[in-house]
Amino acid sequence: MLNRYPLWKYLLILIVLLVGLVYSLPNLFPEDPAIQISSERGDATVDERQLERIQSSLNEAGIEIKDVERSQTSTLLRLRNPDAQLAARDRVAAMLGEEYVVALNLAESTPEWLQSLSASPMTLGLDLRGGVHFLLEVDMDAAVSQRLEVNASAMRELLRDERIRYRDTEIDDRTLTLTFTDAEDRDTARSLISREFPDFQYENQGDGRGAALAMTLTDQAVNEIQDYAINQNLTTLRNRVNELGVAEPLVQRQGPDRIVVELPGVQDTAEAKRIVGATANLEFRLEARPDTPDSETESFPFRNQASRSADLMRDVIITGDQVSNANRSFDENGRPQVNIDLDGTGGTLMNRATRTNIGRNMAVVYIEHKTRDSVEVVDGEETVVRDAYTERGIISLATIQSALGNSFRITGLDSPTEAAELSLLLRSGSLAAPIYFVQERTIGPSLGAENIERGVMSVQIGLLLVVLFMLIRYKVFGIFANLALALNLTLLVAAMSLLGATLTLPGIAGIVLTLGMAVDANVLIFERIREELRGGLSVQQAIHAGYERAFTSIVDANITTLLVAVILFSIGTGPVKGFAVTLSLGILTSLFTALMVTRAMVNLAYGGKPVKKLWI
Amino acid sequence: MKTLVNRQLDFMGKRKAAFAVSGLLILASIVALLLQQLNLGLDFTGGTLVEVRYAVAPSLDAVRQTLEAAEFRDVSVQTFGAANEVLIRLQQAFDADVGDRVVELLRRSGEEVNLVRAEFVGAQVGDQLRDQSGLGLLVALGIVMLYVAFRFQYKFAIGALLALLHDVIIMVGAFALFQWEFDLTVLAAVLAVIGYSLNDTIVVYDRIRENIRKSRIDDMPAIFNESLNQTLSRTLATSGTTLLVLVALLALGGDMIEGFAIALILGVVVGTYSSIYISGALLLPLGLNREDLIPARKEDPEAEELP
Repeated sequence: MLNRYPLWKYLLILIVLLVGLVYSLPNLFPEDPAIQISSERGDATVDERQLERIQSSLNEAGIEIKDVERSQTSTLLRLRNPDAQLAARDRVAAMLGEEYVVALNLAESTPEWLQSLSASPMTLGLDLRGGVHFLLEVDMDAAVSQRLEVNASAMRELLRDERIRYRDTEIDDRTLTLTFTDAEDRDTARSLISREFPDFQYENQGDGRGAALAMTLTDQAVNEIQDYAINQNLTTLRNRVNELGVAEPLVQRQGPDRIVVELPGVQDTAEAKRIVGATANLEFRLEARPDTPDSETESFPFRNQASRSADLMRDVIITGDQVSNANRSFDENGRPQVNIDLDGTGGTLMNRATRTNIGRNMAVVYIEHKTRDSVEVVDGEETVVRDAYTERGIISLATIQSALGNSFRITGLDSPTEAAELSLLLRSGSLAAPIYFVQERTIGPSLGAENIERGVMSVQIGLLLVVLFMLIRYKVFGIFANLALALNLTLLVAAMSLLGATLTLPGIAGIVLTLGMAVDANVLIFERIREELRGGLSVQQAIHAGYERAFTSIVDANITTLLVAVILFSIGTGPVKGFAVTLSLGILTSLFTALMVTRAMVNLAYGGKPVKKLWI
Repeated sequence: MKTLVNRQLDFMGKRKAAFAVSGLLILASIVALLLQQLNLGLDFTGGTLVEVRYAVAPSLDAVRQTLEAAEFRDVSVQTFGAANEVLIRLQQAFDADVGDRVVELLRRSGEEVNLVRAEFVGAQVGDQLRDQSGLGLLVALGIVMLYVAFRFQYKFAIGALLALLHDVIIMVGAFALFQWEFDLTVLAAVLAVIGYSLNDTIVVYDRIRENIRKSRIDDMPAIFNESLNQTLSRTLATSGTTLLVLVALLALGGDMIEGFAIALILGVVVGTYSSIYISGALLLPLGLNREDLIPARKEDPEAEELP
C-alpha cells in the first residue's frame, strides 16, 4: 500500500517528540537571581539561627526572598528582584564575616521532575548574560626553576653515565651550579654538558675541591621558557573549560604573565573554580634505593595519608606538562586502573628512565600551589598580604613492571573511586607552570541591552519569514514543513541543552540559519512531487516517487556535510569544534524531521485516500 | 513558477562567460588576500583591556558610543563586579597611554572616572586553533572527495572541490578587499558556507547522474542543462529561504551579527551562482562522459574469456 506508515514509525516519532519536549522544556523557566552561602572549607553551612538573622536583615532592607534551599554544603537564597542581588550579597557577607563565602548565583528554576530526568537549560553566553571573570597569574619563576630541575636531573644522569664524579647541584634563581671534586672533572663535564645544553652561559668557579661550574640560562632561553609556560597553560585551560567546544568561554593572555578566564552563566564562583580546576603540577620520580646517598634523595609525605612518607630520588623523570591525558578504565579482570598518555618527549624520557629500572617503584608527586590571605596592619592601614605556598604529596607509588613509553597504566588501585580521583589529579596537574587565582569578579554582558534586543528580534523575524515563505510556496505541504521545522527546533534545543551548550547571539543566529537551510530537504521533496505530478503520475504515486527520488540527493548532500562536521569535530579545537557539534546536530535533526516527520503527516493526511488534487 | 520550468534556460551556453567572470573574481580575491590581507578582529589579534571606576554607575551604551565615536574599534564594554566598575576591551595595540586616553575621553561628559589598570590582552584563539583547524579542514575535504568519488565518480569529486574552493576564496577575498573585520563569527560563517556549497553542488550532481543514466544521448551539455533547469526551482527556493533569514539578520540584527550575516549572504549568493553556472560546467573540461557512470558491459565477457 502506497503512503502508509506502520504503527511503529508513528510511535517512534511521538516518542522522539516527547523526549525532545521534555529536554527542551527547562529553557522556558527563567533563572532566579540568588545568593549562595557556603563555608570557606566547603563542608558546612549556616545554621538555623544565622539563617533567621539573615532573613530578617534582608526583610529590613526591603529585599524579598522568594525561596530558601539548604543542602549539606551550601544555602541558596532565591530573590525576587535581580537588582537587589548585589546589595543582598554585600549585606549577608558583612553579617557572616570571613568564615563564609557569599557568592552571586543564578539558580535554575527547573521543576523537580525535570531535574530528576537531568534536564537543564542552556546557559546564556558572555555576550548576553555575562558570567564570572577569573584572573590567574602564572608563576614565571617557578616555570624557570622547574626547567632547571629537569635540566639538572638530565645533567646528573649524563655525568653518571660518563662516570664523572660530582658532589652537589644547586639551583638559585636562573643559575644552576654543579660542584666537583677537582678542576679536571669540572672541565670534562663542561665540554660534555655544553654540547648538549646550548641554552646556558657557562662559567668556571673555584678550584680544587671547590671547583664548580655555574650555568646561567640566557635571556633568550628564559623568554622562551616563559612563553612556553604561558602558552601551554592557555591551551590546557582552554581545553579544560571547553571540552566539547560548545561552552563559549573566553580564555586569553593578559599582560606578560596573566591569564583571563571568563565563564558564561556561572555566577557561582565556587562552582566555576572547580571547572577551571586545580592549579597543580606533577613530577614523576623513582623511589630511592636503600643505599642511595642522602644527597640524592628527598622525602615526601603521601597526599591522603600525611603520616606515611617515602624517600624519592631528587631526579625528576618528567613533569606534568608532558602528560597529555589520563583517564580511568578497567583491566582484563575488571579491576580499576588509570591510563596515562604522554607527549613525544615525555614518552622518550619515561622510556629511558624505566627500561633500566624494572622492579623499582615510581612515584607521582602532586604539587599544589595555594595562596593564603592574611591581613597585616602597616602604618595604621590594613593591607591584605597574599602569601603563596606549595604543598607536595605523593599520589601514587607503583612498581615498574616493564619499560614504559608514551602510554602506560597504573594498576593495583583499590577502588574505581580511587582510580577516578587519581586520573582527575593527573589531568589537573598537566600545567607547565603553577598558576594562582589572583582575582575573581562577576562580569556583566558584553553586549548592550539594545544590541541583544535587536539581535533576538532579527532572529525571530528571520524565522517568521521562512515559515511564511514555505506556507505561500507549498500551501498545505508548507504547513507540514513548518510543523516539522518546529519539531526540528525543539529537538535541536533539547540536544544542545543536554550537551550543556552555551547560547550566544551568533549562536542563536546560527541555529536560525540551520533552520533556514533545513527546509532544503523538504524543498527538494516537494519540488520533486510537483515535477512528478506534471509528469502525469497520480497523486499517490507522485508523493511516493517524490520522497523516493529526492532521498538519494538529500542523503548524499547531507552525508558530505556531516563528514566535514565530524572531522572538524575530531581535529578542530574550541569554537571550530563547537560549530561542528551544532552543525552535525542540525543535520541529524533536520534529516529526521524532513524525511520521517513530514512523511508521517503526509501519509496521515493523504495516504490510502482518494485524493484528486494536491495543494502543493 | 511553472513558466520558469517550462522555459529551458541555456546555462551551459554561457559557461565561457561564467568561467571568465569566476576567474576574474578569484584572481581579484587572491590579489586582495596577498596585498591587503585580512582585517582580523579582536578574537584573533588581541588588544588592550582597560578597567575604569566611576563614582556613579554610568550607562554602558553611552560609554560604548563615546569610545566608538572616537578612534577606537571593536569596543566591548561590561560591568565588572559592581555597576560602577567597567571593563573595556579595545582592538588597539597596547601602549602606555591608551588607558589615559580612554579615561580622558570618558571624562569629557563631566563624569568622575578613574583608571584602575590598562594591560594588553592576547588573542582569544590561539595558534593551536589555527593549525588544528586548518589541518582538520584539509582532512575533511580529502574524505569528502573520497566519498563523492565513491558515490559518484572521481571527476565529480574534483568538480565539487573546485566549486567549493571557488566559493570560499571569493568569500574570504571580499573580506580582504573591503577590509571588513574577520572575527570568529565570520570564521563560523565560512565553515557554514563550506557545508552549504557542498550541499548545493551535490544536489545538482545527483540530478546530472540520474539524467545521464536515464537518457540515451551523449550530448553532455544538453543533459547538464536539463538537470540544472530541473533543479533550478529547488536551488532558488533554498537560497531564497536562507537569504530571507540572512537579510533579516543583516537589516535588524545590529553590529554583533553584521559580519556573520554579510559573510553568509556573500557565501550563499556565490554558492548559488557557482552551483548553477560553475559546478556543472566544470564537468565538461574534466571530460565526463556516459561510460564514467555506466560501466561498459562489453568488457565483462572479455574478462571472463581469459582463463
